Amino acid sequence: MKTAFGFPNLAVEVGMSEVESRRAFLEKVASTVFAGMVLGGQPVKAGAEPAKVELPPRPPDGPILPELEYEDVLLRMQRDLERALNKGTTPKWVMVIDTRKCVGCHACTISCAVENKLPPGVVYRPVVEEQVGVYPQVTWKFLPRPCMQCDNPPCVPVCPVGATWKREDGIVEIDYDACIGCRYCLVSCPYQARTFDFGENWTQNTPGQGQMPYEELPTFEWGEVHVRKEGVIPNSPVGNARKCSFCLHRIEHGLLPQCVTTCIGRATFFGDASDPESLVFQLIHQPNVMRLKEELGTEPRVYYLV
Amino acid sequence: MRVWGWILYGVLAAIGLGGFFLRFATGHQLAGYGSYVPWGLWVAAYIYFIGLSAGAFLLSALVYVFGVRKLEPIAPLALVVALASLLMALVTIWFDLGHMERFYYVYLRPNFRSMMAWMVWLYTAYGLLLLAELYYALRRHLPRYVDRGGITGFLARLLVKGRKTPFTQEEIHRDEGIIKVLGTIGVPLAIAFHGGVGALFGTVVAQDLWHSPIYPILFLTGALLSGGALITAVYVFFWPRKDEEWRELSLFLGRIVLGLILFDLLLEWAEYSIPMWYGVGPEFKALWSTLFGRFWYVYWVFHILIGVVVPIGLLLAWGLRGRVKAIGLASFLVAITFLAIRLNLVIPSLVHPKLEGLMNAYRDHRLVFAYLPTWFEWSVVVFSVALGFTVTYVLVRILPVIEGKLLKEVA
Repeated sequence: MKTAFGFPNLAVEVGMSEVESRRAFLEKVASTVFAGMVLGGQPVKAGAEPAKVELPPRPPDGPILPELEYEDVLLRMQRDLERALNKGTTPKWVMVIDTRKCVGCHACTISCAVENKLPPGVVYRPVVEEQVGVYPQVTWKFLPRPCMQCDNPPCVPVCPVGATWKREDGIVEIDYDACIGCRYCLVSCPYQARTFDFGENWTQNTPGQGQMPYEELPTFEWGEVHVRKEGVIPNSPVGNARKCSFCLHRIEHGLLPQCVTTCIGRATFFGDASDPESLVFQLIHQPNVMRLKEELGTEPRVYYLV
Repeated sequence: MRVWGWILYGVLAAIGLGGFFLRFATGHQLAGYGSYVPWGLWVAAYIYFIGLSAGAFLLSALVYVFGVRKLEPIAPLALVVALASLLMALVTIWFDLGHMERFYYVYLRPNFRSMMAWMVWLYTAYGLLLLAELYYALRRHLPRYVDRGGITGFLARLLVKGRKTPFTQEEIHRDEGIIKVLGTIGVPLAIAFHGGVGALFGTVVAQDLWHSPIYPILFLTGALLSGGALITAVYVFFWPRKDEEWRELSLFLGRIVLGLILFDLLLEWAEYSIPMWYGVGPEFKALWSTLFGRFWYVYWVFHILIGVVVPIGLLLAWGLRGRVKAIGLASFLVAITFLAIRLNLVIPSLVHPKLEGLMNAYRDHRLVFAYLPTWFEWSVVVFSVALGFTVTYVLVRILPVIEGKLLKEVA
């Protein structure tokens, strides 16, 4: 029998119910603490030695040694990012997503839409939801799916006008002012990570007058300023293929991608994989790492911990 | 009959113009496709039209390149139909672009690793070649029309520089030589661009159903069949003189159509039977939904019944036994229902999710794995059809396409 974290639940194995074992455990801890307070610095007498206390189960990524101070991974990644930007050579950007920590809150999807002012139908980082098992033996698994920024991207060679390409830092970029909107790249992406901007707006077909101010804000994707506008000749990115940029515009200003900073479970990591000191480097060299559709040879830059 | 034809044309043209204006006024907003099924009816219609063009052209090449003299009367008409279908195809795919005003970027900044860039360049070469071939096929008749008024006279004066003396046998022979050279370039060109359209689909590793080496061959056979059937139907029904020669040529064309239906069916069997046999995987699932899914009737009714069984029956029972109208009807059905094959080629692979669970990830009407063409999309296709008909009709009216004469003179 395993607990939620995968550790064997000893109490259950020796035949106690979980409630009983917890009560017994608390009693032991309380009596030990109480005894310590009463006895002060005196050694505990032989015979009165407290029974061995079982440590509470810990999540696998928690501190191994209790005396170590816990640091938010965001701070570490922020330092990693600054180092990567200042080291003078081109970083190798990768993203790591710990599926065990993802709770399926969709905060990354929403924060991404806010950051990039995405209209309806355009989504860069949906969280794929899949039911496992049948009720009542049922659970859900969650898989956030940004652009994989493949090292061998199938979407790049198909573009008839060369409006999308692989950057040196690994990000697959789109030139919104060159894209003709043929959607061949959408068809070619095995992860369906590209979406088409149909020129729709959130306030469309709703009562009220005109657009909301947030719909008229420019988007800063790819470090450029674009104001959407539909029409006979639409303003890009309307009529374009769009996709996740790893928040290139934020990275260039020393900020982590929006989905990383928003993740409430700290399940998303970002950094420079060419820096052995970085958190992502350490994470992608663990044995429990995998990538999606490895068999296609696309060499994704997004790794999943499973 | 003729009046009803014009009424039908008027209705189609009105619907088409409606779609045309809606496309400019509303962009892609009224279309039914989305980001998970990014291509829809327009792409299917486009490969259908371009197939018609390639097929009609290859039929004309039988005359000009391979010297099948029997087909000579219809060769210029086949060139005109090829030109009109090319125009239909290009207009349809142009409407499909997100940024129609940027189409010329494919010329300015092509990426020749993309099959799509190759396709556009090859089309351009093919379109120019068609115009040149048509010029050399028709100019021998033009001196007769130099004195005429109107557009025919203007074109005749422009194209033969006001020459009034008829072309000599020697000059005609020289023109035939030029056409033969052009046609000889044109055959590999047509094979390249239409095989290239097949490769455009076949190279997409993400779409399991498309990712098959048979696709370029399947596209070429389909082109020959649909284009050949279209020319046959046009010839049987609209050829002005229904004499013994017409009868004999119709029978000849009917036999070609029957052979091509059977050959196309054989390739389809190869394409379908293998994934169906192993019975698992995305290819199987996509084929299964084609055959027995929500749109089963597109395959069984429009393709197999109306596009294969009925035409074969018509040809064997009546057509090839001398009832020429049955050949025309059979060919017409084959040519029309070929759109069903093209739809079943584009859509089923796309409606199959590439990541399980993606459909639960984000709710939006553009992010669904289902597709049904909207009325708006149909109306735009109707525009292309009406345009193609108009171009063909105008060309046979103003140029001596049929037996070296204008339509009015032979009718």
